[in-house]
Order: sequence, then structure tokens, then C-alpha cells
Amino acid sequence: MSGCKKAANWKSKMEITATYLADAAKAPVTVESCRFHFPLLRRQVNGKPLVYLDNAATSQKPQIVIDAIMRYYHEENSNIHRGVHYLSTKATEAYEEARIKVQNFINARSMQEVIYVRGTTEAINLVAATYGRMHVTAGDEVVISAMEHHSNIVPWQLLCEEKNAQLRVIPMNDAGELLLDEYERLLSDKTKIVAVTHISNALGTINPVKQMIASAHRRGIPVLVDGAQAVPHIKVDMQDLDCDFYAFSSHKMFGPTGVGVLFGKRELLEKMPPYQGGGDMIKSVTFEKTIYNDLPYRFEAGTPNIEGGIGLGAAIDYMNGMDLNAVAAYERELLAYATVRLKEIPGLTIIGAAKEKASVISFVLDGIHPHDIGTILDYEGIAIRTGHHCAQPVMKRFGIPATARASFAFYNTKEEVDVLVKGIYKVKEVLG
Amino acid sequence: MSVLKELYQEVILDHNKNPRNFRKMDDATRHVEGYNPLCGDHYTIFLKLDGDIIRDVSFEGSGCAISKSSASVMTSMLKGKTKAEAESYFEDFHKLVKGELNAEQNMDRLGRLAAFAGVSEFPARVKCASLAWHTLHAALHDEGAAISTE
Ligand SMILES: Cc1ncc(COP(=O)(O)O)c(C=O)c1O
Repeated sequence: MSGCKKAANWKSKMEITATYLADAAKAPVTVESCRFHFPLLRRQVNGKPLVYLDNAATSQKPQIVIDAIMRYYHEENSNIHRGVHYLSTKATEAYEEARIKVQNFINARSMQEVIYVRGTTEAINLVAATYGRMHVTAGDEVVISAMEHHSNIVPWQLLCEEKNAQLRVIPMNDAGELLLDEYERLLSDKTKIVAVTHISNALGTINPVKQMIASAHRRGIPVLVDGAQAVPHIKVDMQDLDCDFYAFSSHKMFGPTGVGVLFGKRELLEKMPPYQGGGDMIKSVTFEKTIYNDLPYRFEAGTPNIEGGIGLGAAIDYMNGMDLNAVAAYERELLAYATVRLKEIPGLTIIGAAKEKASVISFVLDGIHPHDIGTILDYEGIAIRTGHHCAQPVMKRFGIPATARASFAFYNTKEEVDVLVKGIYKVKEVLG
Repeated sequence: MSVLKELYQEVILDHNKNPRNFRKMDDATRHVEGYNPLCGDHYTIFLKLDGDIIRDVSFEGSGCAISKSSASVMTSMLKGKTKAEAESYFEDFHKLVKGELNAEQNMDRLGRLAAFAGVSEFPARVKCASLAWHTLHAALHDEGAAISTE
């Protein structure tokens, strides 16, 4: 049982949408009613019903997100923050309302702490290029973990190269869990920032970030959390975590691509130099001196992804319509079921066996390359990801070139797990 | 099943399981690494050239069934051939996997390469099939550094 009770309450012109949203609001919460909100899940691929198990790469979008974007272009399109005319006011309102939705969704203290960016990658680059450049000097250290996505490695590497600083890496065990004792030992006076993922996209591991943040704070070190994989699966609370920066992408949480969020504590953001220069991020410009705008706009130069912000707001409305605890419980059940079923397949090894794990399963098959698995499953209508998942150090740690990865969302079902298992037997038959 | 069977033909499955010339060559005159960063396929092609003649060719490395069998079939065809002949196979192969050369009409010319005709139906796999050939091409031209298909 997952929980999409009601999705959003803005009035759609599309009658069908309105009808099924109303139905969904009344109906008992079932996986089927969720699936019904995602039009793409109804399509076929290669003549078979689509089984979409690549949610860690990007999620599908519910109709209300698609409608919100369409409505924006049909009814409100114009530039924001700069026009006195009706449409500009409407668009600005919609975009800024979405920011408040984000603020509430992640329980940030203020909307000034919610900065729109292109996605997780840009959020991390922003922090490395501003906070990082300002605070990291020669001989300092930046601590990341062994299970980071390339987007939480390379920006820090660039910074360390520029500043002649050192990148230190928290190791992990064979289950794919970070070694917290080692982490404690890595922290020192030289550590200027810790950047760690909340949930690993390659292994599914849920890291104890709250505890890790507290450890760093005891030594006065700020922490950036890469929340790209966490936000679609678990409730995240900025005040409870007490993180200094938190980065995530809209497209992995049922919203559109091209937009994401950097949460930053106001005290830190206020002292940070601007990231990019341009329109919107300034109060006044003369050739002698420019006065920067207030938070959060200071970090948002240029015309932003307006439809993206509005679409993200709709995605949050959708998620707010669900009981996120029920979603988490359902996904745990799905993960447990898939783990058992996959383990029954001879020659299949699951990579990543953390005690705390999100619904992401990486696996390898004896003698069969993940790429071939992906092609044959695709033929069966099953979409999984194969490759290194932008986490080459993780692959190296486990001594493999690549994995096949099935990642689940609340709209996936046990029947789809069964189709996946059948598909894997087919792979073995074809390549056996 | 038919399109899949076209892709994973007997020849390909056989060369994947029992790759030919799958060894390091200590007295190679040239060797070049080929790498596909997207899927991690990684091979080294070894060449022993005698003027214009390819006296020996072998490979090492790992990757998917398509890339490995392609490297194996390639090495099995090129021993004793001239550089120009190898280049001409490379051209044919390239056209074949991109669907620009009809396998049935060119059986004589293609020989075992014809087994890769099915790749043209799988655009995502063209790079896998061509990796070894691109690497060979670089080796023939003595472009010593590692090459990557991305
Ligand atoms: C853990 C993690 N961090 C960062 C990213 C990068 O996100 P984006 O490509 O949306 O910037 C991803 C996406 O794959 C991810 O899974």
C-alpha cells in the first residue's frame, strides 16, 4: 500500500485529470491509483507493457506536474521579477509559491534558504565555488565518502586542485556501509567541509547523515548532504538534520528536469560571495560598484527555469497528498520482496547489502556483462540502468566494471518484480 | 525473439565464450588501449607489423558480449592481411553496424563480420561493436595514446 490520497488542489482545465484526482482523493490508497496518475507508465515498449525500474536515474511525472507546466505556458508565461504587467505578476507568484512549497516540504526555516538551481550537480558546484573557495586554503582538507556520485567528487577535486588542498575519503565495508570510526578519525582542524550523500545511487545505502552532521558540528565543520536520491524516498527535514547545505534535483522526485534546489543555512549563505553574475542577482549596478541582491536571489542570476520551478511545486503538491510513511513502508516491502526473488537466481550477486537501504538494487550476473542484461531486458519492456552509475570509485571498490541496477518508486509493483525476474532468466537463456 | 537472436548470433556467443587471440603479446610492435567510459568496456589491442603486413594481432581486456566477440572476430580475420585490407574491413564493418551495408548482398566481402548485422537494430550497442575496430585503427596509425569511444 502506498499512499497517494489526494494530489493537488489547483483547478485543472483537463476534465479527466480533475475526475481522477477527485477519485483518487476519495479512493482508498492503492498502488494502482498512484500508477494511474503517471501517464507514461501506461505505454508499451517493444510490444510489452513498460516496466520502469530506472527511477534512480529519473522518475516519471504525474499528470498534475505535466498539467502545471502546460497551464503555465497556456495561461501565464512571461518573465518573472521584472514586469509590472499582469502575466509577469502571475508567473512570479507561481514561481515564488513553489519556493515556499519547497521550504515547507524540507522544513527549512525560511524561503531565503531555498535557492533554485539546475539540479544537484549545480547545487554542489555552487557551494564548492563559493563557500569552498572562500574557506579552503592550502593544506586544508575536504572530506567526502567512498560512495559519492561523480557530482559530489569532481567539484571538490577541482577545488582541492585549485587551492592545493587534500580530498579525504571515508571508506566503506563490503556491505556498502560507511565506516563511521574512520570518519571520526578523518575529521580534524584541517577539515573545512564534509560532503556526503544521504542515499547512494549505486548501492542504495542510507547513510546516518544526522549522526555524521552532529560529529562534524562538534568540531565546527559544516556539512553538505547530497540528497538527490533521498528526497523521492524519505521525508527530509533540514532543521532536524541540522545540515548546512542540502542539494537535490526535481527530476528524481516526480518533477521536471532542469531544476533543483540548494538549501543553505542563512548564516552561511549571507557570508558567501555570489556564484554567477547577471540580472536578478543584483540590487543596483554602476560601472564602479554593484550591490548584490538579498537571499535567495543573490545566487540566482539570469532568467531561471520558471516552468521547472512551477512543475517542482506541483510535484511537491503531489507528494504532500501521499502518506510518506506509508510510501516508505511500501517501498521497504518492495525492496525486501525483490531482494529475495533476485537472490534466488543462480549466479546473481547483489552489490550493496547495507542494513539501512532504499529501494535500489545493483546486481551482477556470473559471466554476463550488465550491458547485455540491459539490452535483453529492454527487449522485454523492462527499463533498468547498466554501467557505473556515475560512481566509478564504487565500482572499483567492489572490483567490477559495472552493474545492472533496478531502482523502484512507489508506483512499482511486486508483479513488476516478477517480470524482472523472468526477464533475467531470459537473459541467462539467451547468453547461457 | 527474432531481433534479439539476430543480435546474439551463435558466432557472437561463441566468440564471447571462447575469445580467439585473447592474450597479451610480449613482442608486439604496437599496442593501443580502447575504452568506453559509458559502460566500462576496456581492451588493449596488440599488433605485430612487418612493413605493411599484420603478422599477428591479439587482445586483452573485458567488456560486454558484443564488444568482446567483435574484438575476437576482428583478430581472427586480420592475421596476414595488409594494413589497407584491414582498413577496408573497418570501413565495411562500420557501415554494417550502422545499417548502411546490406549483409546478405555482401556476404563474400564480409565473411564472419556479417554476424554483426543485427547490431544496427540496437543503436545503443553500435559503440560496443566498434570499440575494438576503432582501437585497431588507432594502432595502425600509431596513435599511441589510449582512445575512447564516447
Ligand atoms: C546521489 C546523486 N547525486 C547527484 C546526482 C546528480 O544529479 P543531477 O544529474 O540531477 O544534477 C545524482 C543523479 O544521478 C545522484 O544519484
